[in-house]
Amino acid sequence: MKIIVNGEERLLEAEVVVADYVQSLDLDPETVVVEIDGRIITRHDYQSTLLLDGAEVELIRFIGGG
Amino acid sequence: MLTIADKTFASRLFVGTGKFSSSDIMRQALEASECEMVTVALRRVELDDPGDDIMQAIGGGRFFFLPNTAGARDAMEAVRLARLARAAGGGNWLKLEVTPDPRTLLPDPVETLKAAEELVRDGFVVLPYINADPVLALRLQEAGAAAVMPLGAPIGTNRGLLTRPLLEIIIEQLEVPVVVDAGIGTPSQAAAAMEMGADAVLVNTAIAVAGDPVAMAAAFGQAVIAGRRAYKAGLGAISCRAAASSPQTGLEFLR
Repeated sequence: MKIIVNGEERLLEAEVVVADYVQSLDLDPETVVVEIDGRIITRHDYQSTLLLDGAEVELIRFIGGG
Repeated sequence: MLTIADKTFASRLFVGTGKFSSSDIMRQALEASECEMVTVALRRVELDDPGDDIMQAIGGGRFFFLPNTAGARDAMEAVRLARLARAAGGGNWLKLEVTPDPRTLLPDPVETLKAAEELVRDGFVVLPYINADPVLALRLQEAGAAAVMPLGAPIGTNRGLLTRPLLEIIIEQLEVPVVVDAGIGTPSQAAAAMEMGADAVLVNTAIAVAGDPVAMAAAFGQAVIAGRRAYKAGLGAISCRAAASSPQTGLEFLR
């Protein structure tokens, strides 16, 4: 299956929950905010929310800024 | 102590976390400045090169995070960034920033007011970045802004308090705290803003791009303390005519 992550196409072998996907990218789920199809996923739903085929995902986090 | 909304801060220096050469230098500079409030921005994770996680460098409760909406070009984008910041664990405090023109990075007053109204309704503690416009500052206070953040000069220019006469009016008129933001390039300019009665200043570029950012951060920390102390002490009146510091009497023996 195919999902779009931060504007790039990514292939997944199987459906995966948000928490596991974020971790698979070496990111800390505690510091990354996830939007799926324009909807913000709250952190305590990371374990229960599946990334489905065709999902448009944004992974966003804090960086330095003024 | 500085009180904004329901929080008090011992330090009146806010420090921005952009443009530092490394997370390590940034952390050391923040510590040297003795600031409590730090601003952060939100961006997409670069999937192929995620880089350092700022929360790992300076998270953990040592600093109070003020997420900004830098990059937003209108109210809608700012509100979206605000909600993402809250979901990212940034709390409900927000430096509201709407800058449609990347060349000047000057804030859009209409979109800023619109976004502030919506975000206040949504429960955010809103600190809007604005041009030094006393009328807009009052409108934002009415709209429920917890503080206002007028600029001294355009972002990153290090040109100091170019807007001084207007900042003076804003400081005199507002009941909510006034944080002079943007353009402050030297510790003496930060001190001058505090001497005018500003409640706090925000500095980023001048620290981050200094030859020694850690030493510069400490210098800004001291300048803000000195400026505040001077303001509290009550500055002497300015006069066009000289007023002798040494007595003008008891000189008969000379003539």
